[in-house]
Amino acid sequence: MLQQLFFGYYAFMIIILSLLVVTRGNPVHSVMWMLLLFFHIAGLYLFLNAEFIAAIQVIVYAGAILVLFLFVVLLLNLREELSLRQIAGSWPAAFFIVAALFITVTAALGAYVQGPVGSYSIEAIRSETHTKALGRLLYTEYLFPFEIASLILLVAVVGAVVLAKRKLRS
Amino acid sequence: MPSEYLGVLIFLMVATAFSIGALVLGEFFRLRRPYAEKLMPYESGNIPVGEPHMRFSVKFYIIAMLFVVFDVEAVFLYPWAVVFDKIGLYAFVEMVIFIVILFVGYIYAWRKEAFVWD
Repeated sequence: MLQQLFFGYYAFMIIILSLLVVTRGNPVHSVMWMLLLFFHIAGLYLFLNAEFIAAIQVIVYAGAILVLFLFVVLLLNLREELSLRQIAGSWPAAFFIVAALFITVTAALGAYVQGPVGSYSIEAIRSETHTKALGRLLYTEYLFPFEIASLILLVAVVGAVVLAKRKLRS
Repeated sequence: MPSEYLGVLIFLMVATAFSIGALVLGEFFRLRRPYAEKLMPYESGNIPVGEPHMRFSVKFYIIAMLFVVFDVEAVFLYPWAVVFDKIGLYAFVEMVIFIVILFVGYIYAWRKEAFVWD
C-alpha cells in the first residue's frame, strides 16, 4: 500500500511537472520546474532500488545539465520569447500523435506477460549494494560501452570548443 | 523502496514545510511600507543600468559544457573506486584508457584557449 502511494505520488508529480515545463511562457521558469522534475525522477529511481542512479540523477542532471540548459536559455534573446505561446499552432498534430500513442499503449497492455525473474533481484542488489553491482558489471561485461562513453564525452568537448571558440588570439 | 531513506524523506518534507511555512507565516506578520527606492532591483547599492534580459556571452556555454563533461567523467570514477579491489589491474588499465581519451579533449580545450576568458 505504501509502495503504491509512493509510486502514485512520483508518477503524478512527474506528469504535472512535465506539463508545467512545456507550457510555461518564460523559458527560465521552465528550467526551474525541470529542476523539480529531475528531483522527482531521482525519487522514482530510488523507489526502484537504484540508489546510485538516483544520486547521479541529482548530481549530473539537476546539478550540471540544468546549468547548461539555463546558460543556453540565457544565450537566447529572452524578450521575444517571453510573449511566445508555446503550444499555439501545432496542437492538433500533437494531439493526434499523443492520442495514437495512447491507443497503441493501451492496446498493447493486454498482451503484457511478465518475463522470468533474472539473477539481479532486489534482494541480490541489496546484499551487494547497488553501486558495487553496477560497477562490477560496467567494468567487466559492459567495458566497451563504457569506453565508448569516453569518446562521446570527447566529441562533446571538441564540439563545444569548435562551436563557441572560433577565433584564436594570435 | 529502500526503507533506509525514510529519514531523507522526512528531512525533505520538513525542509519543504519549513520554507513554505516561513513564507506563509511572514505574510501575516510583516509590515508593508513600499517606496520607490525599496522596490528598485538590488544591485549592491548602484542604480540599475540596462535590461535584465540581456544576452549572455557564448563563453558561458563552453564553461557549462566542460563542466558537464568532466562531471560525468568523475561520476564514472565512483563505481570504479568501489569495485577496484575486486577487479584489480584490469579495471585500472581500462580506467587509464578512459581518462587518457578525455585528457585528449582537455589538452585540445587548453590549446584552443577555452580556459582563457578574453
